[in-house]
Amino acid sequence: MTGNASSVRRHRAPKAANRVVVRILVILTLSLGVNYVVWRWFESVSWNVWWIAVPLVLAETYSLVDAFLFGITMWRIKERGEPPTPDPDATVDVFVTTYNEPVDLVMTTARAARDIRFPHRTWVLDDGARPDMAAAAAEAGIGYVTRDANWENMPRHAKAGNLNNALMQTEGEFLLILDADQIPDPQILDRVLGWFRDPDVAVVQTPQFFTNVTAADPLGSQAPLFYGPIQKGKDGWNAAFFCGSNAVLRREALMQLGLVGYVKQVERSIAQILRTADSLLDTAEREARDHGPEVLRAVDAVRTAVGLARTEMRSRDTSLSEVTYRFRQRVDEASRGLVEADIAALTRDLEELGELETYGRHARPVPPVLDEVALARLSHRELSPLAALSSVRTLVDAVDVSRPDEAQPVMPMATLSVTEDMATAMRLHGMGWKSVYHHENLAHGLAPEDLGTMLHQRLRWAQGTLQVMLKENPLVQKGLSAGQRLMYFATMWSYLSGFFALAYLAAPVFFLCFDVRPVVSYGPDFLVRLVPYLVLNQLLFLVIGYGRRTWRGTQYSLALFPLWIRAAWTACANVWFGRPLGFVVTPKTKQARTRPPWRLVWPQLTAMALLALAAVVGTVRYLLGAAEFTLLSLGVNLVWVVFDLVILSVVISAATYTGPEADDEQPTPTT
Amino acid sequence: MNFGTEHLDDDTAVVTPQGRLTMVSTAGLRNLIGELVEGGRVHIVVDLAATDFIDSSGLGALVGGLKTARQAGGDLRIARPTEQVRTVLQLTNLDRVLRPAASVRDAFGAT
Repeated sequence: MTGNASSVRRHRAPKAANRVVVRILVILTLSLGVNYVVWRWFESVSWNVWWIAVPLVLAETYSLVDAFLFGITMWRIKERGEPPTPDPDATVDVFVTTYNEPVDLVMTTARAARDIRFPHRTWVLDDGARPDMAAAAAEAGIGYVTRDANWENMPRHAKAGNLNNALMQTEGEFLLILDADQIPDPQILDRVLGWFRDPDVAVVQTPQFFTNVTAADPLGSQAPLFYGPIQKGKDGWNAAFFCGSNAVLRREALMQLGLVGYVKQVERSIAQILRTADSLLDTAEREARDHGPEVLRAVDAVRTAVGLARTEMRSRDTSLSEVTYRFRQRVDEASRGLVEADIAALTRDLEELGELETYGRHARPVPPVLDEVALARLSHRELSPLAALSSVRTLVDAVDVSRPDEAQPVMPMATLSVTEDMATAMRLHGMGWKSVYHHENLAHGLAPEDLGTMLHQRLRWAQGTLQVMLKENPLVQKGLSAGQRLMYFATMWSYLSGFFALAYLAAPVFFLCFDVRPVVSYGPDFLVRLVPYLVLNQLLFLVIGYGRRTWRGTQYSLALFPLWIRAAWTACANVWFGRPLGFVVTPKTKQARTRPPWRLVWPQLTAMALLALAAVVGTVRYLLGAAEFTLLSLGVNLVWVVFDLVILSVVISAATYTGPEADDEQPTPTT
Repeated sequence: MNFGTEHLDDDTAVVTPQGRLTMVSTAGLRNLIGELVEGGRVHIVVDLAATDFIDSSGLGALVGGLKTARQAGGDLRIARPTEQVRTVLQLTNLDRVLRPAASVRDAFGAT
């Protein structure tokens, strides 16, 4: 319902009939799809031109899997109806997150957040630590949070880090998270908090809806299919996504997530260092040989301590803090032997000097008498002579429970991806928490108003999603149900479309220009299988998307193919080889008054030119009798070309788009 | 570890250990002082301004140097210890044997 006037209306009663119709259409579509794709693989691939035939049949298989995942999503589409009334005693913190957005824009959201009806505290989470932002918040009676001193010289983790920092400085049971440009309605908490009456619910997501978008929405900012049937479908599998803004989270669930993550991280790093301890100790032993038998003995004692720690880790009766504490103690003991030897030698020296002194003019040196405290301090990690062996120091520093490499040991919001929301939700689901999708627009946001900003944002989303897929593949995560696995996988799968779009664009060009035939025949055998599948597929889409503008989304899923390819490529390079993700370079000012940014969509424009050229060439060749194909094949390929062109044409309206109004007064969000 | 060496006069040398004075680096300091004393520079000032860290082995090396110097009829003084070094000297009471001087020039001038 997003995107038109009825969006403000309350929920309608669930419609059971719809679900039956949808299920019948899903079954029919998928049956016809399997029939078609099986025929393609076994009877109609032109293996002699495998270089185009195989990519095309793979693309068609990809699309069928996509249809399957979509069908499964729609299978349990859930209409929740009216929410329960909230617990009046619930305590809530409202977080408005910002980094570099204009102060006025942030304050518009922050004031609306302050004026939310349900009792709560409001905070501006300013990652830019700007004095004028702090002053504006104070003036409006709104709390202001920036990173504390612990974050100095530590990984900052972008928005996830900003939220984690604020979580440690606030105390409400629930958190409403708002991007700086998402203006909340006063009743948002009244409408949403009731879902937390179920003690297992960890997150409630509401739609993201944009007010600065024209009805045609050339940039495809509104996501009526996602914030609608798809989220409702995921909700049916208890897999409604948390999308980073316009959502309420239960603090307890987040803290639990943070603690579990902390323990896992510590366990992993201690186990890892104990595994590699042997080679460190061998190095230490080689170094120690130059420094006498006491040092060798001490290194040997450390080796024993490592062995004991390994045993304790395996037995699991001993807590990690005990394992690390005892390990430290044993290492201190070993270095105490060294300290005592040093002090003994030093004392001997001084005593000999004392005897010498009877002849000299110097004051008699008094050998030091060290008490227990001094000895202990000299043996402790800070001053330990063993630490002079860098390998031992590495080992001892790493066997620790305080995560010295992070600002906070406990990180509730997942930091493994540039999109913290999906990873966080997936981990919450993995621990058995529930999520809710509440289908009602309760905040009004601002979408990007130019192509460059939009592309930048889409690239980030795609990269983040694929990062999560590569690092924590939902198909193999513990604790997720089969449905939840598929719901997460479905979204990740959809971001792989870029590679397959290439096959869909190239196949008709090669056919029309060079008679290259990836399918054995484009004749009746082909059409009788393909056409019913396509018709049913479109019908399913029509029923599900009824009254919604879903066409833009369809266009962009294909038309942004260069961006999707780049996202997949960079995400792999990042996860596997530690490369930076990179950015779409965007001009700082809006492009409204200058030339359209054609440079950003040159691959699409090239593809369009090639397709149009191929259509002309194919037709002329047929008319001159130079082509080897029939009129029917020509027709099929021309329809195909026209479809591709219509899909791709969206980039032209996007590039020439100059915002919702003529004047430039509205600020542009930079997220 | 690096040791800067400077000759103040015919029998006085300034040694400047840079970085961490620990088990790993003490042998170098001992050898250096031994060579200096053998060469007739029996008055040694160890300038600790660039020494970030010392442990019990490092202290042992200082006392060892003191012994070497005194046996040759000279002396060893320390100057300008950093915060960490001063703490360890106080912890072991060694500051009563090796009293830190405020500057290299004061190290022998004060006697």
